[in-house]
Amino acid sequence: MENQDKLKESIRQIRLLMSTIFIIFIAITGILVYLLIDPSLSAFQSSTPEETYAAVPGTTIEEEDDFDKIENGIHLRTGFVEGDGLMLVVNNCTNCHSAKLVTQNRMSKERWVATIRWMQETQNLWDLGKNEEAIVNYLATYYAPTAKGRRQNLSNIEWYDLEN
Amino acid sequence: MKRRNFVKSTLLGSMTTALGIDIAFGAVMPEGYTPLALQDPDPFKMFDKDPQMVVLNDKPWNMEAQAHLLDDKITPNKYMFIRNNGKIPETIDVDNWTLGFDGESVKQQKTYTLNELKTNFKQYTYQLTLECGGNGRSEFDPPAKGNQWTIGAVSCATWTGVRLKDVLEDVGIKDNAVYIGYHAADTHLSGDPSKEPISRGVPIAKALQDETLIAFKMNGKDIPLAHGYPLRLIVGGWPASASGKWLNRISIRNKVHDGPKMTGTAYRVPCKPVAPGEKVKDEDMCIIESMPVKSLITYPKSGATIKKGSSFNIRGHAWAGELEVSKVEYSIDFGSTWKTCQLEAPANRLAWQHFKASIEFPQQGYYEVWARATDSNNIAQPMLLPGWNPKGYLNNACHRIAVKVS
Repeated sequence: MENQDKLKESIRQIRLLMSTIFIIFIAITGILVYLLIDPSLSAFQSSTPEETYAAVPGTTIEEEDDFDKIENGIHLRTGFVEGDGLMLVVNNCTNCHSAKLVTQNRMSKERWVATIRWMQETQNLWDLGKNEEAIVNYLATYYAPTAKGRRQNLSNIEWYDLEN
Repeated sequence: MKRRNFVKSTLLGSMTTALGIDIAFGAVMPEGYTPLALQDPDPFKMFDKDPQMVVLNDKPWNMEAQAHLLDDKITPNKYMFIRNNGKIPETIDVDNWTLGFDGESVKQQKTYTLNELKTNFKQYTYQLTLECGGNGRSEFDPPAKGNQWTIGAVSCATWTGVRLKDVLEDVGIKDNAVYIGYHAADTHLSGDPSKEPISRGVPIAKALQDETLIAFKMNGKDIPLAHGYPLRLIVGGWPASASGKWLNRISIRNKVHDGPKMTGTAYRVPCKPVAPGEKVKDEDMCIIESMPVKSLITYPKSGATIKKGSSFNIRGHAWAGELEVSKVEYSIDFGSTWKTCQLEAPANRLAWQHFKASIEFPQQGYYEVWARATDSNNIAQPMLLPGWNPKGYLNNACHRIAVKVS
């Protein structure tokens, strides 16, 4: 009898343990599923008022006024440097490709001319006529090569503490 | 439905929701007019890329990774570089997509539907290294023209598809076949519908390799749009431009394929070494085939500061084009001494290999950890830039990271 009671008691304890584990498991699963749906826990944060801007007619006109705005010597819309011939370059060199293809390159006058010829021969670039000289001068002035040597120092290193 | 319009219509809806207001005159907006907020879409969201990816060009789209983003053994889409010569197709009619075979050296012209390709041929999955021929261009002096890639135009994802050689066997090719050339659905930047932005290819021997695939899956899913959905030719170990995206036709040629970007200075280097800046005639330029041996330290990110005496573990990948990497070494004294890294075998031929090492620094100070891989032909990476070439291809100079020990 005593043994049977002991057995019953241990079965009861095991059952209790099992159900506790089960409840904890369900709770953790619930939390994880919630995190999956809302990783930023936005439901627990007070809502911040949304930035209001609407496409009202006034805004559009303002945007058009700023279309060719230059700030700190940079033509904002394209990223080109301010200088003689800027708008000729904007109007002739950004129709097919992004200004980024120009601003990331550095070439001598001779090689800018060669690049224009290549685009005229193979990429449907039009004849630049009397504007060509101003365009080439702008490019060769503001996007000229600088000597880099055979290998440069590492630059723009962002230092951080690496913990093990 | 045109993709851009689809994005636009869903964006318009979600924009009003997000802003919590109605767009004034939304209903009477003229067709073809896109609100300013939508004219400059977020490329990271549009292509499902990590915001740490670097945009080099937005017309056409070109984007590269940074070394520490490439730490995964299998590159996920969010860290995979994007290289485009033309415009990404706006409409993809996947239900009616076909792949045609033509050219001087086919026994008969033949066309397959996507479904026929998937069901008529055995499918294979390989992990394949794709590196842009111009990866590293930004370091050449005098500067080379084009997108100024630094180190992040390389990836090694898994690609699933059918073997080109199995399909070519079904098509039937003549004995005089020399080269294949791909054609695709992307469009020329000038908008000229008669121009292909790029149509490259490989010699028939490379086309017939087991790992050369007509792929329809990347990392187990449909290929992302920017990487060639729904069909891409995958030629591992060669300049990634040989792996044509949005593939819809393959020409079997009886001569070296002469499509756009096969001639002139495109993906070609001087057959004989030249001095930096030297002019090279067209006939003295040779097509790039296998990419050279190269490696990247992907962990830790450059700029780590550590305490003296703490262990410093590095890891990364190495690849060698058509060959295998036989050895990776590291140096903390600018190449005066080299120590060997642990190196894994590739998952399959043409997949990159992983290396790691544990480094101890002798004293406090500024260090650079340089990695150098050697291929199975005993050719190693140079520490300085390799031979200059007009378009700045094949820069496989050693990668390095900066470390401070305090």
